[in-house]
Amino acid sequence: MCLAIPGKVLMAEEQNGLRVGRVQFGGIVRSVRLDFVPEAGVGDYVMVHVGFAISQVDESEAERTYELLREMGALEAELPPAEGSTP
Amino acid sequence: MKYLDEYRDGRIARALAAETAGVTTRPWVLMEICGGQTHTIMRYGLDELLPSNIELVHGPGCPVCVTPLETIDKAIALALRPEVTLVSYGDMLRVPGSTSDLLRAKAQGADVRIAYSPIEAVKIAKANPDRKIVFLAIGFETTAPANAMAAWQAKRDGLKNFSMLVSHVLVPPAIRALLATRENRVQGFIAPGHVCTVMGYQEYESLVRDFAIPIVVGGFEPVDLLEAILMLVRQLERGEACVENQYVRSVSYQGNLPAQQILKDVFEIADQKWRGIGSIPHSGLRLRPEYAAHDADRIYDLALITADEPAECISAQVLQGLRKPTDCPAFAIRCTPENPLGAPMVSAEGACAAYYHYRRHAVAS
Repeated sequence: MCLAIPGKVLMAEEQNGLRVGRVQFGGIVRSVRLDFVPEAGVGDYVMVHVGFAISQVDESEAERTYELLREMGALEAELPPAEGSTP
Repeated sequence: MKYLDEYRDGRIARALAAETAGVTTRPWVLMEICGGQTHTIMRYGLDELLPSNIELVHGPGCPVCVTPLETIDKAIALALRPEVTLVSYGDMLRVPGSTSDLLRAKAQGADVRIAYSPIEAVKIAKANPDRKIVFLAIGFETTAPANAMAAWQAKRDGLKNFSMLVSHVLVPPAIRALLATRENRVQGFIAPGHVCTVMGYQEYESLVRDFAIPIVVGGFEPVDLLEAILMLVRQLERGEACVENQYVRSVSYQGNLPAQQILKDVFEIADQKWRGIGSIPHSGLRLRPEYAAHDADRIYDLALITADEPAECISAQVLQGLRKPTDCPAFAIRCTPENPLGAPMVSAEGACAAYYHYRRHAVAS
């Protein structure tokens, strides 16, 4: 449960006092909370856990980690669901 | 993808293992706390790559496994109330309570929903003002800030139908408890990389000081773990004990300060029961009194049921690194992921499940 998935920030903005972003994981884009990484902006890579970015990492490390998690089959459980999907 | 290719051909991994073999002159017992790390070790056979005098034992870092039986029973009792929608991380649904589990409660008609993020539970509460939403907030320090944020938002937005059943556990007090037991064999710890991403690693200094034991913060990839093991063995062979950080790309000494701030605002430290281990002082989090309106333990009259684990299940010793899953007579016979006796066989991060998925054939032959 403590896994985190790296992704690239495509958009970051304040919404009603919360910091919300769009983050790309491989081929898909999901909504992610950026409250805990106030310095992360568009183009930066973040580690995402239960829908929240918990740290910023560099691009080559992020890509390497993503591929490894994919290889391990660990992505599915850790990726945020698409919007509109019923939880 | 240069780095990945390097790993796939195993060159770096083999070099790290060879270097570890080169510096190891005596047997050492090391523990990885985190269940995610246990799975990497088993999946890639890292233990088999290392010299035979390095023994890896697996720690209690599987939040699903250590969530107390009583909390599961409370969650089931709440889920069965007609007015309640219980929202949980998916891992929890098949964890056995004393007589049932959440999946069976769902089959009986309980409104149980799976969420990937606690924020989904807040959204469900907003969309369903006529339902009472209870979020089963479990996890280590990695998950706690997200759960804290859900409570903070619910309070800020005046959501009267959202509460949390909290069972949060903290790593450093658990390491302290393991080290203080007479049976302890562990001589070095790999501290969990994402817990330390949130909390930093200053908290581990006092453990190193009090118990003269090396601690290395490690990542989750095969090469991360092999490097962390090498760093531990180097310290042990030199007779040193300090805190080092292998997972520098995500972890800083002071950790993630905004995440720590929300933790402090929403939660306070409390004694916590760990399934299979018992109560550990100051090893958990509970909601602060200001959040009483969102605290399921305060809102609902939840009778405390105490029940024993199945006598055959050795998960208590497995979670403390005292025995291996394969030492259990029920392993892969009467206890399987489909029909688990204990929580470590259910969770994707449980040590028993890791051995079941990657080692049961080796054991059988």
